[in-house]
Amino acid sequence: MKRFIGFVKKEFLHIFRDFRTLIILFGIPTVQILIFGFVVSMDLKDANVAFLDLSNDEITRRISDKICSSGFFRRTDNLRDYKDVDRVMKKGDTRAVIIFGDNFGRDLARSGRATMSIIADGSEPNTATLITNYATAIITDFNRELDRTARIGNILVQPEVRMFYNPGLKGHFMFVPGVITLILILICALMTSITITREKEFGTMEVLLVSPLKPSQIILGKVMPYFLLSFINVILILLLSWLVFGLPVRGSIALLLAESMLYILMSLSLGILISTISKTMQQAIFISLVGLMLPTILLSGFIFPIENMPGIYDVVSSVLPPRYFILIIKNIMIKGAGFSDVWRETLIIALMTAVFIGLSIRNFKVRLQ
Amino acid sequence: MAKQTVSETGSTGVPLTSNTVITVRNLVKKFGNFIANDNLNFEVFRGEIFGFLGANGAGKTTALRILSGLSSPTSGKVMVAGYDAKKEPEQIKKNIGYMCQKFSLYNDLTVRENIMLYGGIYGMSKKLILERTAKLLERLQFEEYGGRLIADLPLGLKQKLAFSVAVMHEPKIVFLDEPTGGVDPITRRQFWEMIYETAARGITVFVTTHYMDEAEYCDRISIMNEGRIVALDTPANLKKQYNADSVEEVFIKIARPSPADPGMLQKNPKGNN
Repeated sequence: MKRFIGFVKKEFLHIFRDFRTLIILFGIPTVQILIFGFVVSMDLKDANVAFLDLSNDEITRRISDKICSSGFFRRTDNLRDYKDVDRVMKKGDTRAVIIFGDNFGRDLARSGRATMSIIADGSEPNTATLITNYATAIITDFNRELDRTARIGNILVQPEVRMFYNPGLKGHFMFVPGVITLILILICALMTSITITREKEFGTMEVLLVSPLKPSQIILGKVMPYFLLSFINVILILLLSWLVFGLPVRGSIALLLAESMLYILMSLSLGILISTISKTMQQAIFISLVGLMLPTILLSGFIFPIENMPGIYDVVSSVLPPRYFILIIKNIMIKGAGFSDVWRETLIIALMTAVFIGLSIRNFKVRLQ
Repeated sequence: MAKQTVSETGSTGVPLTSNTVITVRNLVKKFGNFIANDNLNFEVFRGEIFGFLGANGAGKTTALRILSGLSSPTSGKVMVAGYDAKKEPEQIKKNIGYMCQKFSLYNDLTVRENIMLYGGIYGMSKKLILERTAKLLERLQFEEYGGRLIADLPLGLKQKLAFSVAVMHEPKIVFLDEPTGGVDPITRRQFWEMIYETAARGITVFVTTHYMDEAEYCDRISIMNEGRIVALDTPANLKKQYNADSVEEVFIKIARPSPADPGMLQKNPKGNN
């Protein structure tokens, strides 16, 4: 045990002495969270809105004025025709179009109910959600005023929300689960495979293998620091996204951390596997980046929704552990899911871990024979 | 030659005398159909400097891995430091030191940290490590380098340090796998002085090398060719037997390149001497 502790200490020294390792470990996660967080802005101010008011009566003018005087929206255009809606939205500066049909006033007068439309540009999902939420709130507020002043009572303007271009609004709040998933697999797999192949390349691995340390102790000793640091990273990312962006964890934090540990374990065993098949650090880096980082970004559902993937990509994606972890973490963080909702994905990741460890041991034995 | 006589009378796998630290009997190692070690037999004695020569691919590395407990023999009996290489490789590992061709200390750790690390791995107490560290640094006149990173030291110093670290835990045997590759002649000479001192302390030195002048420094040398040991004796006796002026001549006469490995001779250029 004493031999082992000395060995782990040495591994920490490697990490803390290497500026680049530290940057990859702690700089990248922080920067990614901040970039994703601030680029995907949560504030709405002076969003450009066009109006298509075919009814053009007192009520519609009052609603338009209320929306534009809120400070959140700015009127850019008064459209004349439905055909113009697509045109102004495609130009790009108009985020949404608010439409009153030509029978809006008549409906409201006759039945006390009328429907208006809010069409938002779904290609920027976050802004689109914000716009529709804010507009809906303003209209609800207007309903209350109308209710109080109107003599007939129970007058209702119903906003009908439509998303153009990205009706499902995938991507909303996805960046934190995505960044955690990406960072963990990157740090764990990339860093472990590098640190192990580095010993091979420098010839120190031979010396360690000839020493009384058991091969299992060598590998454990090498991955242990990365396990600890990755776990600290998870906490750091969660804290950052909560403090800076107010993103809460709706489900159990303990469950979230436990799932993260399992995923870290999976990534570490993947890193060990990569190190058993690569002879040089370059090879390990190449396999980790091309084989892990790109698929994780492109195919795990981090950026592009899995539902929209053509068949073959869906198949490739289904063997990627990040796909399942993103689901788990999204469900726990955003939907507040419990273990009974994510056990299937958890089991898949656990099985993958077992497979990776098994393959690594086999490769390692072959090498030692 | 007295030692040699003892080995010739031996017939079992049991260590012949208390002076035998390595006994190899009918060692065979196969990888599939390929026979890397074909029926090796030899002994190495306490305090001896044993040169292990052979062209690249002759099976040296395989034998070295078996002797150091990294790999298991297919058949035959191998005893190292009193332990069976097949059954007790872990015990062997505790009783040997090892230094390889590639440099074997950590560049991003200081001299002291490297020493602490290896001392710890070999189960030495902290007190003992500190004691030996002080002695070791003094012997190498290294005191002022203790806190320096290995990366900042010249290669010659690194190699000397690596050797000192490899024998710090007073192993019964130290295996040196081409320890002087890329080192200048002066450092090489100093390195060999260290090897002599170590052997005089009773530590057996088992060394592979491609430098034929270094082979002359060994007490005995064995030459491997195509998985077999084709010669084993003192350098003087071998030169007499093969009617050669130097070990290099002996080597070239014995270890002729097989057609499959024409590049072998280039690994042992005359210019190295």
